[in-house]
Amino acid sequence: MRFRGKAHKFGNDVNTDYIISGKYKFKTLDMKELARHVMEDLDPDFYGKVSRGDFIVAGTNFGCGSSREQAPLAIKYADVSAVLAKSFARIFYRNCINTGLPVVECDTDLIEGGDELEVDLAGGVIRNLSRGIDIPIKPLPGVMIKILNDGGLAAHFRKHGGFNLD
Amino acid sequence: MGQTIIEKILSAHSGQQVYANDIVVARVDFIMGQDGTSPLAIRAFEDMGGRDVFDRERVAFVIDHSAPSPNEGVSALHKLMREFARAKGFRLYDIGEGVCHQLIPESGMVGPGSLVIGADSHTCTYGALNAFSTGVGSTDLAGGLISGRMWFKVPESFKFALHGVLPPGVYAKDLILYLIGDVTADGATYMSAEYTGEAVAAMSMEGRFTMANMAIEMGAKAGLMEADEKTFRWLDRFTGRSFNPASPDADAVYARVKEYDVSRLEPQVARPHRVDNVCPVGEVAGTPIQQAVIGTCTNGRLEDLRIAAGILRGKKINPEVRLIVAPASKTVYLDAMREGIIQDLVEAGAAVVTPGCGPCVGTHNGVPSDGENVISTANRNFKGRMGNSKAFIYLASPATVAASALTGMITDPREFVK
Repeated sequence: MRFRGKAHKFGNDVNTDYIISGKYKFKTLDMKELARHVMEDLDPDFYGKVSRGDFIVAGTNFGCGSSREQAPLAIKYADVSAVLAKSFARIFYRNCINTGLPVVECDTDLIEGGDELEVDLAGGVIRNLSRGIDIPIKPLPGVMIKILNDGGLAAHFRKHGGFNLD
Repeated sequence: MGQTIIEKILSAHSGQQVYANDIVVARVDFIMGQDGTSPLAIRAFEDMGGRDVFDRERVAFVIDHSAPSPNEGVSALHKLMREFARAKGFRLYDIGEGVCHQLIPESGMVGPGSLVIGADSHTCTYGALNAFSTGVGSTDLAGGLISGRMWFKVPESFKFALHGVLPPGVYAKDLILYLIGDVTADGATYMSAEYTGEAVAAMSMEGRFTMANMAIEMGAKAGLMEADEKTFRWLDRFTGRSFNPASPDADAVYARVKEYDVSRLEPQVARPHRVDNVCPVGEVAGTPIQQAVIGTCTNGRLEDLRIAAGILRGKKINPEVRLIVAPASKTVYLDAMREGIIQDLVEAGAAVVTPGCGPCVGTHNGVPSDGENVISTANRNFKGRMGNSKAFIYLASPATVAASALTGMITDPREFVK
């Protein structure tokens, strides 16, 4: 998988309430509608700024807080292609793998807001085209690669009838 | 090689000896979903081709986050949950029953050594009963509902050795806020927090639930403690089931160990907008507040309401303050009524709302206005958490919240605690 787009930069400890506020997530299962409010409390204009394929780039502990799967889904439906961070909170990380939103651990100090990036998941590298540098990606555990390769956990279950991770 | 509590529970549920960083597929004893997460899980269940849940006795849905429904969108999601639970034949706790994290322990289905997943991040609460319980998303929940299994990376363990006894007016909530402030919001990411020491032994079950509940606020996957007499006495009220407690071996391996002496701890407050932005109450004392909240899965239990009533009995809250009280469950509500606690709180000026999550998640029951300060016994103070990103949320113990409601400003409760 390879994606190209612009970086939108955020800080450390971006929690799931900031990604999608509880006041919206309880109202609907329409992820397109939720996506309009993604990151709203941190940047009210975020949804309007994102072009298809862009990246959310953040510091440590991205996605901390609640278990809401609406968080990765709202990001995905806002046409963001991947989230790049120094580290992720664990429930959010699992939810991304399960719903097929690529999450990449890397040194995001090498990326500024507005940088043009090319993320090559298979090749294990991010090319910062604006700065002419390559940033290595921390590889995913095998179990997660299996689930992602099947297209998420639902597709994994459809294919194998249950967990088949050995 | 010795094992930690979580390594023992995951070994027992996967039929092999496992240690930190192993990846296992484990049998799950109980699965819970709430109204913020279950609708997506139902959709994932159908997407996966699910027909039945793995065991009707080991599954429950709880309508607690927006209960009763504040609008037609939520009503449609609640209806979806009710129809699904009825069709599959498992229990749904409807509006007014209480917060999921009080109801599942009260169900008697979960106890020492159990393995539980819940589609709510504060599922780690049952660690107070020596259960490995952890939050998952909706798709994981659907996978669990179908298969009765879940994959886990065995977490490393972080031992918090808590020595000494908490002074009067200082509670489990103050201690866990202090620990979160010390290790920070990602200080235990992906780890199992193990609380041990005299301070835990001396703590009530209510206090232990509070400690386990907030493990996620330092990134932990679980917040565990050993089972003791108090644990079994608490469970006796709700079940006759027997469980398999897990104790750590003397030579268990911990990734981190921190020792604390709690005997000089002061009441703590988490300032906006981060749970790890913690200080002694004195540093923020005098900050005016417009709303006070006592309840939630962190501090809505009988002891919490009793402590608040002890401070408010025979007095009136400050006229500039709204005090909202949400008992954690119907059982807690009824117990508090029998003790006269509800009478005391209402006479002091409290508005008691339906047992459930109350205003914590910002859907109803007390959304603050722009620029207002709220002091709450909840576990999160993120910007916008209570439904308004222009409000400011301070987190504290039930005693600090009650004392602050009386004076209209953040107040050290120790002068009110006899």
